Amino acid sequence: MIHWNSFADFLAMGGYGFYVWGSFGVTALIMTIEPIMVARNRRITIARLRRQLRAETRNTAE
Amino acid sequence: MKDRFNLYRFASPAAFYPLAGSLIPWFVAVSVVFGLAGLWLGMLVAPTDFQQGEGYRIIFIHVPASWMSMFIYLVMAFWAAIGLAFNTRLSGMMAQALAPTGALMAFLSLWTGALWGKPMWGAWWVWDARLTSELILLFLYIGYMALTAAIDDQRRADKAGGLLLLVGVVNIPIIYFSVKWWNTLHQGSSVNLTKSSMAETMLWGMLLMAMCFWMYSIAIALMRVRTIMLERERHTDWVKAELEGAAK
Repeated sequence: MIHWNSFADFLAMGGYGFYVWGSFGVTALIMTIEPIMVARNRRITIARLRRQLRAETRNTAE
Repeated sequence: MKDRFNLYRFASPAAFYPLAGSLIPWFVAVSVVFGLAGLWLGMLVAPTDFQQGEGYRIIFIHVPASWMSMFIYLVMAFWAAIGLAFNTRLSGMMAQALAPTGALMAFLSLWTGALWGKPMWGAWWVWDARLTSELILLFLYIGYMALTAAIDDQRRADKAGGLLLLVGVVNIPIIYFSVKWWNTLHQGSSVNLTKSSMAETMLWGMLLMAMCFWMYSIAIALMRVRTIMLERERHTDWVKAELEGAAK
């Protein structure tokens, strides 16, 4: 069922290893970093909006 | 009639925000399942290509990324049209949430294409119709993001961005049909609705990866649109409640 004879075979990709893993590697990197960046941006935005909201309520209370 | 389920209700950010939040984990889970199945089929089971050896396996991300780069643009153009016609708030937010992912998909399409072109054609890049029109697509995404970011008034930014999206949509059929209309170095499509030139396991591996990319794009766009909603609707009561409430 599995096409490859060995793990080394799999890594070599019949001589195309650099091209195949260069494609999959960068894709995996982007699909890991993008969600991290989005989540980070969300945390920062929520913290900033909370600060602004607190400042506004303080101002209206005075 | 009052309790009738109404889909249009979700055009309101206050209703869409919690819905999106509860959908995200499902899209992530489905994306991971499709991705693992697609990688297993494509990278472990599918046979060697008789012409391109093992190098063809780049197809399992090249084609899904290229499809998504075009599809996301069409979805953004759809939202732009809705926004310009009906002046709905949600449409600008959707387009803004999709743009970075679309740009990344266009980049991945070009990147994996270069890594595929080098061993097969002997060149990382050629000024061929397919490649050039995909590069223009990347520039359209970047142009949309730069344009909307440069305009302070959010409604004007959405309108200008929407117009750019609608004008640029002409590029999508050009990309899609470029391999038919012109003599290009890029190979013709391997899959169409009636027949496929690929082995069955290759085809299924590719379709599963396409589903994985699709679900990933939806999940990440929903994550992004939720933050955009908080930002843009910060003066409304529901966002204030959200900020003071559970998310503490």
